[in-house]
Amino acid sequence: MAHADEAAIFNKDEAKVDWHDKALWFVRQKRDKSAHKVKGWEELRNYASAIKANVLSNLDSYLLQFEENAQKNGVTVHWAANAEEHNKIVHSILQKHNAKKIVKSKSMLTEECHLNPHLEAHGIEVIDTDLGERIVQLAQEPPSHIVLPAIHKKKEEVDVLFQEHLGTKPCDGDPEYLTAEARKHLRNKFIKADAAITGVNFAIADTGGFVVCTNEGNADMGAHLAKVHIACMGMEKLIPQEKHLGIFLRLLGRSATGQPITTYSSHFNKPEPGKEMHIVIVDNGRTEQLSREDFRASLHCIRCGACMNTCPIYRRSGGHSYKSTIPGPIGSILSPGIDLKKHSSLPFASTLCGSCSDVCPVKINIHEQLYKWRQVIVKDVPQPVVKKTALKMAGSVLANTKMYHFAGKSARFMLKHMPRFVIYSKLNAWGHARDLPEVKNDNFDEWYKKRKKNE
Amino acid sequence: MKVGLFIPCYINQLYPQVGIATLELLEKLGMEVVYPTGQTCCGQPLGNSGYEEDSKGICQLFVENFKEFDYIVGPSGSCVYHVKKHFDILEQTEDVKRVRKNTYELCQFIYEVLGKTDLGASFPHKVGIHKSCHGLRGLRLGSCSERMDAHYSTEENLLKEVKGLELKTLNRVDECCGFGGTFSVFEEAISVKMGKDRIQDHIDSDVEVITGADHSCLMHLEGLINRNKQPLKVMHIAEILNSSI
Repeated sequence: MAHADEAAIFNKDEAKVDWHDKALWFVRQKRDKSAHKVKGWEELRNYASAIKANVLSNLDSYLLQFEENAQKNGVTVHWAANAEEHNKIVHSILQKHNAKKIVKSKSMLTEECHLNPHLEAHGIEVIDTDLGERIVQLAQEPPSHIVLPAIHKKKEEVDVLFQEHLGTKPCDGDPEYLTAEARKHLRNKFIKADAAITGVNFAIADTGGFVVCTNEGNADMGAHLAKVHIACMGMEKLIPQEKHLGIFLRLLGRSATGQPITTYSSHFNKPEPGKEMHIVIVDNGRTEQLSREDFRASLHCIRCGACMNTCPIYRRSGGHSYKSTIPGPIGSILSPGIDLKKHSSLPFASTLCGSCSDVCPVKINIHEQLYKWRQVIVKDVPQPVVKKTALKMAGSVLANTKMYHFAGKSARFMLKHMPRFVIYSKLNAWGHARDLPEVKNDNFDEWYKKRKKNE
Repeated sequence: MKVGLFIPCYINQLYPQVGIATLELLEKLGMEVVYPTGQTCCGQPLGNSGYEEDSKGICQLFVENFKEFDYIVGPSGSCVYHVKKHFDILEQTEDVKRVRKNTYELCQFIYEVLGKTDLGASFPHKVGIHKSCHGLRGLRLGSCSERMDAHYSTEENLLKEVKGLELKTLNRVDECCGFGGTFSVFEEAISVKMGKDRIQDHIDSDVEVITGADHSCLMHLEGLINRNKQPLKVMHIAEILNSSI
């Protein structure tokens, strides 16, 4: 189903739309307040964007440098060309250790690769330990937001879900009780875990270390308790030097939730004695995206989610309406690169208002890329005949003054003289909820010519 | 100074009063204004729908109509933005480059090129500005809420000088109205919801008249206001700046 259809379904419950919109706008406002406190915020964005551009232009050498340094630290580095390889590598590491119980902190990459179903099919239990992710995992839903995966769920819904899966008592959605129960439940899982999987926020080329940011400390809990730590990273997650973290960590926390810094920014450099640390570096379409000049900058993304919180369409259609792992504006420029046909409605799920580009901490020109994807899509993906014909005809009519005047006159005549029920038929999507403008006797052109005559 | 008056297609056909106010305003400011009658459209409806390739004839016709003017001024931020930003699809001849460079949105022309703010207008009403996105984040007619730059607004600068006018502040100062060209019909549900929410913000902020520098957004808002019989009026900023009530 196209985004518009999904969005129309979401909009049937206007009270829920209002609630969803306000919840995310609140996060956007928190972001504004905390960004305002940083002197030189725009300068930080410039630096971050420039560093990412540098990384992408020299990705091959940074990746090799990172691998070499990570290996020196005693970390095993794996390379995965696609999701399938990634899943196989992770599974083979787990098999080697006979690991049956896994805890995983938030990683959009493993969502992208559909790691959980792969491991579960092999009899391995995977527990998402980020609270929001655990909620959607229990509900058997994908995350609807990359930072706030369960933002579409009200606390009352979580209450019911926890009663069913964790055996909690009914509590009218008391967040303190629910969180405490989740904590108990997760603690038990952490203690029994054979291996921990985390994502990677930043991988540092010149040290071979990496940083994982969480607000709940769940990445640390998992990684420190288990014998094996597997960190899965998209190959664009690199930064050249550790000092650059000062830029990205300041931008990330504020852009994501308005916090000055994420509660836990955990630095992992080498395995503890007697334990193993693995890094799986994943391509899965990133090299191809890198090769597309118009869309390369989409790989700057540090997954803060600010473009979702600011997007007036995302806020009113919910993350699931995008039907892609990464929803919202950034997802709408990344996903067509993965499967153009499947995601062809996403670049049109935007008014091109540009708020996403201005909020983006790494200055991705998101709305310009949406415009560019549209040009690609109408060429490469079959379009609805009516839409295509109408626009191609408009191209001819508007390129010809006489035809334009004739068309304008005819349209105004029809609007003025056709009965209301004809004009406001089902075919007129404008008119379902909106009136059409009242048509005046003269258009500007006619008025101007008359004025000229009377001069 | 010879000014070519750019009247976007939908204003020509549906809102002649906006074109008239723009013309009168520019003449009041001492400009020699010519309306090239061969003009049609800027091509934006096609470009935004992905059919940029099919709009080349439209863009070229625009350049032919306006290439002889010192300045090209139009009362629609998004159309002006389209000329400046997206005419890169044409071969960049001297004419094309000059037209792109010299095309201005009306308020921007008055404020930046002519350096005027007080136009002698009076309009004793409570007014809310709808800061249309392409004007705001495309042409940078003002600071936007996402960036941490110092506050400025071209429309506010002009409206503040209008006698009797009371400018109201909104809760969300620059959220999109949901028009978005063909978005308004192909994503109808969200488009309507966004428009409704914008209107409610103006009502909650005690606004009587919504104004802005882009009548396409205002057309969308007006369509909702009229359908829902809400106590608000919609006027293009040129109409307010040209009024002497």
